[in-house]
Amino acid sequence: MAGAISNLSETTFDEEIGSATEPVLVDFWAEWCGPCKMIAPILEEIATEQSDSIRIAKVNVDEAPELARRFEVMSIPTLILFADGQPATRIVGAKGKTQLLEELAAHL
Amino acid sequence: MSEQSVSEKLPIHREVVIIGSGPAGLTAAIYAARADLAPLVIEGEPSSTSDQPGGQLMLTTDVENFPGFPEGIMGPQLMADMRAQASRFGAEIVSAKVSRVDFSDQPFRLWIGNSEASEPTHTADAVIVSTGARSVMLGLEAEQRLIGHGLSTCATCDGFFFRDQEIAVVGGGDSALEEAGFLSKFASKVTVVHRRDELRASKIMQKRSIDNPKIEFAWNSMVEDVLGESKVEGLILRDTVTDDTRILPVTGVFIAIGHRPNTDLFTDCLDMDEAGYLVTVPDRSATNVEGVFACGDVQDHTYRQAITAAASGCMAAIDAERWLESRTD
Repeated sequence: MAGAISNLSETTFDEEIGSATEPVLVDFWAEWCGPCKMIAPILEEIATEQSDSIRIAKVNVDEAPELARRFEVMSIPTLILFADGQPATRIVGAKGKTQLLEELAAHL
Repeated sequence: MSEQSVSEKLPIHREVVIIGSGPAGLTAAIYAARADLAPLVIEGEPSSTSDQPGGQLMLTTDVENFPGFPEGIMGPQLMADMRAQASRFGAEIVSAKVSRVDFSDQPFRLWIGNSEASEPTHTADAVIVSTGARSVMLGLEAEQRLIGHGLSTCATCDGFFFRDQEIAVVGGGDSALEEAGFLSKFASKVTVVHRRDELRASKIMQKRSIDNPKIEFAWNSMVEDVLGESKVEGLILRDTVTDDTRILPVTGVFIAIGHRPNTDLFTDCLDMDEAGYLVTVPDRSATNVEGVFACGDVQDHTYRQAITAAASGCMAAIDAERWLESRTD
């Protein structure tokens, strides 16, 4: 479904990222992280507004600590943009929507 | 800028605009809303360095010293409650950052989004400034390289990633010790690095830290550099008494050395002291510009508590209300 945000687990991550035809922005987050909650509505807006150019997915680091380790996530929120299955850019820390879109623009 | 505000006719005028949404801004909003001033709160944008909507309490856990909560309350919950209380009385809240102000004439002019735009997005008869303060960084080149790779400004966000590791907290105030206590739930050892031989923190926090078997102290120590290319491997500490240096091997470092007021917006128009705090009339919230009021940490380098910020927010709302009334007399 266009604009839907999927939750990736350790078992679904490689399949979903590998098979994606558009860039996927993966949000590493957790329930106890205040700044993660602040950016959640922004990511929902981007998912809906830019559904042609980008997909958004989430990794809950509590449920998928192996994925956090694999991508060396040591601070959340961390957003990693995957293009052709490979990490293309990484944004650490919560940002406003304008700044987030600016930082992503170069890679879309 | 939200799309909603773009479609409205610009600029949007309000009697009272409040910039910032920590305890000071939201308390001002509650009082101004109850005075029928229909305030607009420009709350800020998400960030991980404590200048986010809700202010510094958004990055904390238990708040134990705010009256009325005998069991304590989570910082983000307290702020969500204050926000809901302000909304209940009709305060309007927008998630955006003010990028420019012009207080040279009435009505005051404010911009969100593009600061280069010729026309402001908002105008106001009275402005309450409650932009708070943000975490100060060490100012080392290594910080930019290692932030998110072992170097953090948010213990509640990142403590989880340091389970069974040895880490450091830099600072000697209440925030530093609160972070050290929180981080000791995950880490095997937390070293508090402080440049003096005594702490600024409150006695109860000091006692808790000293009693915590996982917390150690590196006294009289300044962080000279953070080691590691792609992730934190240690700190170079310089002894402030002997001038010797040593390496403290840690995989994580949390910075809690203090705060700096968010006053960059006001350099050309509001009086501030040498540290950048806004100067208000003694026992009042009035600034040097008639109709502009300041409250909370942006003008307080002495107390810096949630409760003093809230109290000064109340003062600013009452001062603004009386000033608006005096103009119509």
